[in-house]
Amino acid sequence: MAGQVVVMRAKYRISVKDPGVPGVLKLDDDKFVFIPHDPTSSAKLQVGFRTVKGHKFTKEGTNKQALLNITQDPEIKGGGFIFEFEKFSDRDVCRDFVGKALAKYIDVNKAAAEGSVAKLNTEQLSTTEIDRRINLLREDSELQKLHQQFVIGGILTEAEFWATRKKLLDGDNNRMVRQHVGFKSAMISDIRPQADGWTNKVTFNLTPEIIHQIFAEKPAVHQAFLNYVPSKMSEKDFWTKYCRAEYLHSTKNSVAAAAEAAEDEELAVFLKQDDILAREARQKIRKVDPTLDMEADQGDDYTHMPDHGIPRDGNKEISDSQYDQYKRNLLQDLNRHAAVVLQGRGIDDVDLADPRSVAEALASSKKIELATEAQYTNSNQAELVRISKITEIKDLQAPRELPLAPLSIKDPRDYFYSQQANVLKHLGETTRGMKPVKCHLRTQEAYSCMMKSISYIKDVGINDPTIKPELALKVLNGLTHNISSTKYHLRNNPQESFLNSLPTLMKEELLNHWTSIQELLKHFWSSYPITTSSLHTKVIRLKDAMTRIYPRLQEIKESAQSDLRHQVSLLVQPMLQALDAAFAHYDADLQKRSAKTAAGPNGCT
Amino acid sequence: MASAPSKLCTDDVSLLVVLLDTNPYFWSTSNDSSVSLSNFLSHVLSFLNSILFLNQLNQVVVIATGYNSCGYIYDSSLSSSSSITKSSGNGRVPAFCSELLENLEEFLTKDEKMSIEESIDGIGSSLLSGSLSMALCYIQRIFRSGPLHPQPRILCLHGSPDGPEQYVAVMNTIFSAQRSMVPIDSCVIGAQHSAFLQQASYITGGVYLKPQQLDGLFQYLITVFATDLHSRNFLQLPKPAGVDFRASCFCHKNTIDMGYICSVCLSIFCKHHKKCSTCGSFFGQAQSQAASMSDQKRKGLET
Ligand SMILES: [Zn+2]
Ligand SMILES: [Zn+2]
Repeated sequence: MAGQVVVMRAKYRISVKDPGVPGVLKLDDDKFVFIPHDPTSSAKLQVGFRTVKGHKFTKEGTNKQALLNITQDPEIKGGGFIFEFEKFSDRDVCRDFVGKALAKYIDVNKAAAEGSVAKLNTEQLSTTEIDRRINLLREDSELQKLHQQFVIGGILTEAEFWATRKKLLDGDNNRMVRQHVGFKSAMISDIRPQADGWTNKVTFNLTPEIIHQIFAEKPAVHQAFLNYVPSKMSEKDFWTKYCRAEYLHSTKNSVAAAAEAAEDEELAVFLKQDDILAREARQKIRKVDPTLDMEADQGDDYTHMPDHGIPRDGNKEISDSQYDQYKRNLLQDLNRHAAVVLQGRGIDDVDLADPRSVAEALASSKKIELATEAQYTNSNQAELVRISKITEIKDLQAPRELPLAPLSIKDPRDYFYSQQANVLKHLGETTRGMKPVKCHLRTQEAYSCMMKSISYIKDVGINDPTIKPELALKVLNGLTHNISSTKYHLRNNPQESFLNSLPTLMKEELLNHWTSIQELLKHFWSSYPITTSSLHTKVIRLKDAMTRIYPRLQEIKESAQSDLRHQVSLLVQPMLQALDAAFAHYDADLQKRSAKTAAGPNGCT
Repeated sequence: MASAPSKLCTDDVSLLVVLLDTNPYFWSTSNDSSVSLSNFLSHVLSFLNSILFLNQLNQVVVIATGYNSCGYIYDSSLSSSSSITKSSGNGRVPAFCSELLENLEEFLTKDEKMSIEESIDGIGSSLLSGSLSMALCYIQRIFRSGPLHPQPRILCLHGSPDGPEQYVAVMNTIFSAQRSMVPIDSCVIGAQHSAFLQQASYITGGVYLKPQQLDGLFQYLITVFATDLHSRNFLQLPKPAGVDFRASCFCHKNTIDMGYICSVCLSIFCKHHKKCSTCGSFFGQAQSQAASMSDQKRKGLET
């Protein structure tokens, strides 16, 4: 994209509510420039992408404005440069451009960081791989933050960072499975000849795409091409003839068509009904269940009743059976077109620009089709195979080879016991309660005992009074006492996160530290046992980074207001514990290793 | 319900789905120790009656949590409104109660027919996962009935011990309730606490209660579980005293803060193993794979 420039009409808004100054937005590799239409306006801008932190944009919707917000400092709410575009498509062009420019900027930084920090990673990446990573970073701002913090911060190398995210990269890979583009649903016969109105020249536009479609929809033309080109005529002559036939059809003059066909054998191929199609149709009819009442359905048989009387292009021809074979009917074309679109292209990886290779590829794919059909003598089965082939839409299929082992939970009881003990211990459950009740019960007795109780209450009715006043008071007092004793220990609503009651800054800092610590710990623990010197330096880097976070956590704990302090320390404690555990492991491992090196030269350093 | 649709959108209209434990083995042993079934039913029916009286638009659905099956045994939206006030034939119980009791008898007859064992040791467990699923299905139907629906909540009146074999199913229903923001209240009437219901209430923001005096059950029910969800915001209700949901390792049953989880079968281990002892998966051939195969589990910010 080097040297690319995007120029777009846009309005620059100081704030979201601002009506905006109309002007022109110019984007290039390293900066964006806004020039207002009114030269006296002060709303001129020139900002380098180097200082830009990110960009936001509005979702496309009916009554939404197409906005793009290029932010320099994400801390400032509503800050940044807001541009309004006339159309979402305009906005998207600029958005993508900014995204690329920013990614490149990060990439440049990254490359510099990599170069200076670790020469360990000499992995050569393909451009697609790099693109994929850039895309992932761009899509996920949290990931980008982590990447910036650790990779550009020099704590992790690029390779280390992505090694734990293989799945992300692979996931993208899976999505890359190419969807086969089918035929357009527009009919080729809709491609009208264009007359310029001045001369008698009529122009047809044949693209490789259209040629492919003609071959697929008109087997006779396809066959004729294989037969005539280039032995009998040049490709150009062939298509000229084809267009001539099309032109004759478009004039609706079947008498003239018949006259020309009589003189020109090759032209006749294009003008007459497609023999191959007719043969196929007859074959299909033969496969129809003989008990089906064909007579009753004859009205639906397009070969007998051209167009059901629907005139093509609005005018009805006078019917004359002599010229029937030079007439086309709409339903026949429609059916054929629909069938071809549903069948799909059938051929892939063929250079569409070369009609000859397209024609040959089509012919061979047809041969294979016929062969498979012959193989399944049972026509019913062949049909099933064909249907299953058609209905499979590749990009909607679940991935065949999962990149990971599927979850397979064995005995749910194990999971239950792994948790139940703690929960019950906490509830002050005595061992007495834990033991299953020792008794042996007969099923029939148990049920009849229940039935007896039910008929008892039906006979006697609900207790009156439902509960004795003294007892009710006792229960109420017990509950009140219980509630007031736990009230101060816990927040009001267990669903409402305590985090939300913290000042925004503190909350974000805590969450930030949490994600950072998780990332660091993930790398830290996965580096053990240390077998190579690169792992050794990695662990030291990680430990240093964690050591830097540690005092920050302490500070947060101490800076919290007294009423929040307890809760904050509850949040911070597990982070500190996790770090402590890592430090302890680091020290123990270091000691072990130094003892080893002291004992003999074989220890690894 | 259609008579006053505008009233339906008020926030104090409740749909209370009650799950009644009808495990016969539990009830046949509870007679002497805690509360008899007839006493229990007397308290519960009075409570349901109160709910229906609290707001004429309130709706009550009762599901039996049986030993072999589960079933709907009462739906106030299906019976005529007069059945709450009118007495049934013999005049002993309100008509809605006798309807419920008859359905319960019918349910038990069917449930008994499904029994395989002649007798069992211990009191077994009832199908909590099944009745929770039915309750959630019913609630989903209410959710889809339109924007104006009563506020649903589930109340489990449960006495049987937890069925460990239902762990996955129960946890799934709990998470599904959490997702649809349906609180699961639990009132445990058995001898022991229920880890399932403790978690269910904790995760879904419901109330967990194990009454000390079961003969005063009605008072507990009416004090703790009768108020609609909106009014709960203004009330002090019993809180869990900081439940410890930490897991213990599969290998030693020790409670752990940090450990290793098999990514294939979710088994928890306190130490790194080469191979999962539960499912046999091998961990970590390559260094990078080790990181993704056995991830560190930490307990923290999600509270
Ligand atoms: Zn262990
Ligand atoms: Zn496993």
